[in-house]
Amino acid sequence: MYTAADLKKGLKLEIDGNPYIITEFQFAKPGKGQALYRTKMRNMVNGNMLERTFRSNDKFKKADLEERTMQYLYSQGEEFIFMDNQSYEQIHITREQLGDCINFMVDNMDAQVLLFQGAPIGVTLPISVTLRVIKADPWAKGDTSGTDTKPVTVQTGYELQVPPFVDEGDLIQIDTRTGEYMTRVKE
Amino acid sequence: MATVPDRAANRLSTLKERAAIIQATRSFFIEQGFLEVETPVRIPAPAPEAHIEPEPAGDWYLQTSPELCMKRLLAQGYTKIFQICKCFRRHERGERHLPEMTMLEWYRADAGYRELMADCEGLFAALATPERIAAMGGALDFTPPWPRLTLTEAFRRYAPVSLAEAIVRQSFEEILVSTVEPRLGAGSPVFLCDYPASQASLARLHPDNAGFAERFELYCNGVELANGFAELNDPAEQRRRFEHEQDLIRTFGRTPAPMPEPFLDDLVRMPEAAGIALGVDRLVMLLTGASSIAQVVAFPPERL
Repeated sequence: MYTAADLKKGLKLEIDGNPYIITEFQFAKPGKGQALYRTKMRNMVNGNMLERTFRSNDKFKKADLEERTMQYLYSQGEEFIFMDNQSYEQIHITREQLGDCINFMVDNMDAQVLLFQGAPIGVTLPISVTLRVIKADPWAKGDTSGTDTKPVTVQTGYELQVPPFVDEGDLIQIDTRTGEYMTRVKE
Repeated sequence: MATVPDRAANRLSTLKERAAIIQATRSFFIEQGFLEVETPVRIPAPAPEAHIEPEPAGDWYLQTSPELCMKRLLAQGYTKIFQICKCFRRHERGERHLPEMTMLEWYRADAGYRELMADCEGLFAALATPERIAAMGGALDFTPPWPRLTLTEAFRRYAPVSLAEAIVRQSFEEILVSTVEPRLGAGSPVFLCDYPASQASLARLHPDNAGFAERFELYCNGVELANGFAELNDPAEQRRRFEHEQDLIRTFGRTPAPMPEPFLDDLVRMPEAAGIALGVDRLVMLLTGASSIAQVVAFPPERL
């Protein structure tokens, strides 16, 4: 259990059966009155924001969260199958739960799966992934501006802007947090 | 984002201002004929207050305020005393709170809470130089007298419910913090006066209206700076209030500190008096335009 004194930005707790992470926190205490802990929290399952003010004597359940390294195996319709690297247990994660991760996932890639009470609620990919360009316009000879970018499509179907020298068939590194091009990878 | 040398330079200039403000404060009280006193920081029995948790220090405690020892000095015949000292309150850490803070307290024998308000106005006349008013953004007018606003009136003006209703609903603190405080002391400092009796465990009740205590708080820019009151000097009533606070402390699952018996013994001899505590860190925040209390101390706890 947490007490009000434990509250701070980033703390994860369970409220009304849902896991929340505190995004804003303010300690207030009028004169000789009771301390107030004013918080804003994000529901870690659906992203909804919640504002709550707590008092010194309030107690909270720690959110039962666990992060495990799992390997992405394959997709089956709207479901994505991951395997726990330690127990070899397989779990199903929906497209909705994966969010933008879906743009960067390739078979057999390791990811961090966040579980709440044993059920998956989110996936974190490595900061950068290497993907193959499957569609790109050729680099127009004589274009030396070097500042322009052009759109390409990678093997997952994701489209992004890259420098003009990137060709079809190249491997490129992408930042999974921003979805942006990082560098070309030599094979 | 400020670079590390920038932050260090800012802290140096703030700490220089802090030193100047404390020295000017000390000079002001000495010029007004107050005696500077020092009372022990480590004490066996702090005043039992439900919402202030003292920091244990061995078998004793670090003071949460020098109030009891300073009132014992009044009982011994001292008439005008002040002290600048460290106070400790567990778990209090926020934009305006430090678990170790610097407090200025002053007491006047044979005086009421109105004299303390005049002291506050005089102190700021000495501290709020044109340069500092400019550093604060220039929006505050410190010319006395500052408005006196009763708590009842403040709730009528700024709160969705009346003061009485807020207390019944147990949302007094919440409404005070969220809707009343931010609007206090915008153009000039303001004295928020006459607290409900339930909100003042060491203050004397109003002679004309026993539901209220002769207690006030000084607000500036929405920030509470000082808390002053006419001192209760009835030992039997004081014991009853302390026992009530100790009961509350037990309901909160904490063990109350022992009853401050020597203080209650001395209270019989204490003359009519008024006393006030002013947060020095917040005073420096105000006068330097700092947005967070951590900016005005050499080391906030997180950097120790």
